[in-house]
Amino acid sequence: MKRVYVNEQWCLGCHLCEYYCAFANSGVNDMVKALKDKDIYPNIQIEEDKDVSFAVSCRHCRDPLCVKSCISGSLSISDGVIKVDQDKCVGCYTCILACPYGAILPSPRGVVQKCELCVDNIGGTPNCVKGCPNAAIVFEER
Amino acid sequence: MPINYIYPDYEVVRDSSRCITCRACERQCANEVHSYDLELKCMVSDSMNCVDCQRCVSLCPTRALKIEKTTNTFKENANWTQSLITDVYRQAESGGMLSTSMGNPNPLPVYWDRMLINASQVTNPSIDPLREPMEIKTFLGRKPEKIRRDENGRIITEMSPQLELNVPIMFSAMSFGSISYNAHESLARAATKLGTLYNTGEGGLHQDFYKYGKNTIVQVASGRFGVHKGYLDAGAAIEIKMGQGAKPGIGGHLPGAKITAEVARTRMIPEGTDAISPAPHHDIYSIEDLRQLVLSLKEATGYKKPVFVKIAAVHNVAAIASGIARSGADVVVIDGFRGGTGSAPTRLRDFVGIPIELALASVDQRLRDEGIRNNVSLVIGGSVRSSADVVKAIALGADAVYIGTGALIALGCHLCRSCHTGKCNWGIATQRPELVKRLNPNVGYQRLVNLVTAWSHEIKEMMGGMGINSIEALRGNRLMLRGVGLTETELRVLGIKYAGEIWS
Repeated sequence: MKRVYVNEQWCLGCHLCEYYCAFANSGVNDMVKALKDKDIYPNIQIEEDKDVSFAVSCRHCRDPLCVKSCISGSLSISDGVIKVDQDKCVGCYTCILACPYGAILPSPRGVVQKCELCVDNIGGTPNCVKGCPNAAIVFEER
Repeated sequence: MPINYIYPDYEVVRDSSRCITCRACERQCANEVHSYDLELKCMVSDSMNCVDCQRCVSLCPTRALKIEKTTNTFKENANWTQSLITDVYRQAESGGMLSTSMGNPNPLPVYWDRMLINASQVTNPSIDPLREPMEIKTFLGRKPEKIRRDENGRIITEMSPQLELNVPIMFSAMSFGSISYNAHESLARAATKLGTLYNTGEGGLHQDFYKYGKNTIVQVASGRFGVHKGYLDAGAAIEIKMGQGAKPGIGGHLPGAKITAEVARTRMIPEGTDAISPAPHHDIYSIEDLRQLVLSLKEATGYKKPVFVKIAAVHNVAAIASGIARSGADVVVIDGFRGGTGSAPTRLRDFVGIPIELALASVDQRLRDEGIRNNVSLVIGGSVRSSADVVKAIALGADAVYIGTGALIALGCHLCRSCHTGKCNWGIATQRPELVKRLNPNVGYQRLVNLVTAWSHEIKEMMGGMGINSIEALRGNRLMLRGVGLTETELRVLGIKYAGEIWS
């Protein structure tokens, strides 16, 4: 299965992936309308310190600890993609504790949010991959 | 300073109705033009430091940015132009030479644009390169004068060393130091994939790139940086650089700030020291001296590699090329006055040297007149901008061309002419690691491959249109060119007819 991978060597720390992610998940078809004067809550986040930076998003593990830890059954695996049903999530954040990558995040609604590889919004290549200016984020089989 | 004489040439224009304050512009500008104002909660820009490299414009996800030429205007004067006045202000302040980079931007005639290419109609059929073979493979090196036979009458097939190029386009010399590691890797990998050559420039060959040696021309310049036996053996050919089109008659100066540990090791000089290439080779004061170096390099490499000699196109270029053709060199390289550079004094770049089109035509003619054209191959560079320029160059007599600026543009360069500042936002002309990483060679090499592949399709189409199916039949075929807007003298030097004149 194709997953999102990050080549730290080529990450510029421009943070554009975060904005492309927020845009893809906004449900709005114009980036300005979607993001202007709004706080964004992307599912991919840049970690950086001095000259090192890299993007972190869900690894879509084959044996995911988050799904095992979910007490409400809101996290599930669908065709290899780990999805969250925000209507079922009770906001206990056990998955956030369990995820070794810090890839699950609390959303402004209180429930958790996570990368779903853009399968239910734009489809195809995830928007962070499309938007990365240096091919540091790739979508490929490994 | 209380009086600010200099107003920025270019201004950042931000459409705040489109700006989403993602701050990518701020993070990507090494000149620190953009910043986020915490109180106003918006992006602000200081155009004073903007070099118009277009990095922010290219990355802005909502197209909220553009750079405009300033409308701030000094009183109009056709003699004292605004840029000349500003240059005086700069020099009155600094007391130094004006520095710049990349090629001559002045509106001097571009002869490529005044030559038009022929095509077949009715009396000779054009050829469709998608259906019929079309040969653009090119061999560089000394060609035999005549067929020679041994005592048994068998043909002697031994030739001087030849380079085989799949396309008549090579990447010109750009040193590691003037451009980044990633730029070099992109060029080396692209040359390998395309079956052509790139050129190390005068900065030596990084140890990681020895594996691309079959597609590398190693350069020996006046500073002799990074030259040793292993280096000479690594390349497919050796180029002696006598001059460069952007700054004929002077050497080079790579500031210590660009001499990082890697550059220092490759150049074999101490880290952080200025790398100064002398204006002349101190061991070459005549063609005879040049011959000694050519032969020394051949001796050192077992006579297996062609030796190029590169000179800038200057007034006496034809006579100098004639000398080089007799020096034992295999390839003469002529670099025109529009050629790029990582740094040059502005006045030299803009006013020294001559156009490559005229230099090429006169060199080719001179070598033919003297019966020594086959002694050498002829390669030209110095602003070959498109496949049409390549076709015209070959029709004027070139065997192959070098592209440097065009290749860098493919890698993202926007010709902001600020290479000498070392803050290239595109990761090309810089050694700062955070900027170098902006050029991902996996992307860069593919863009170079795409460019040259696209040009070779176009070259084949133009050749097919002329009814020519082999690049050999185009070489020096000046009847395939016609001039427009040229004087009698220009036509005579170019050796072409005026548009509308017929064959005979």
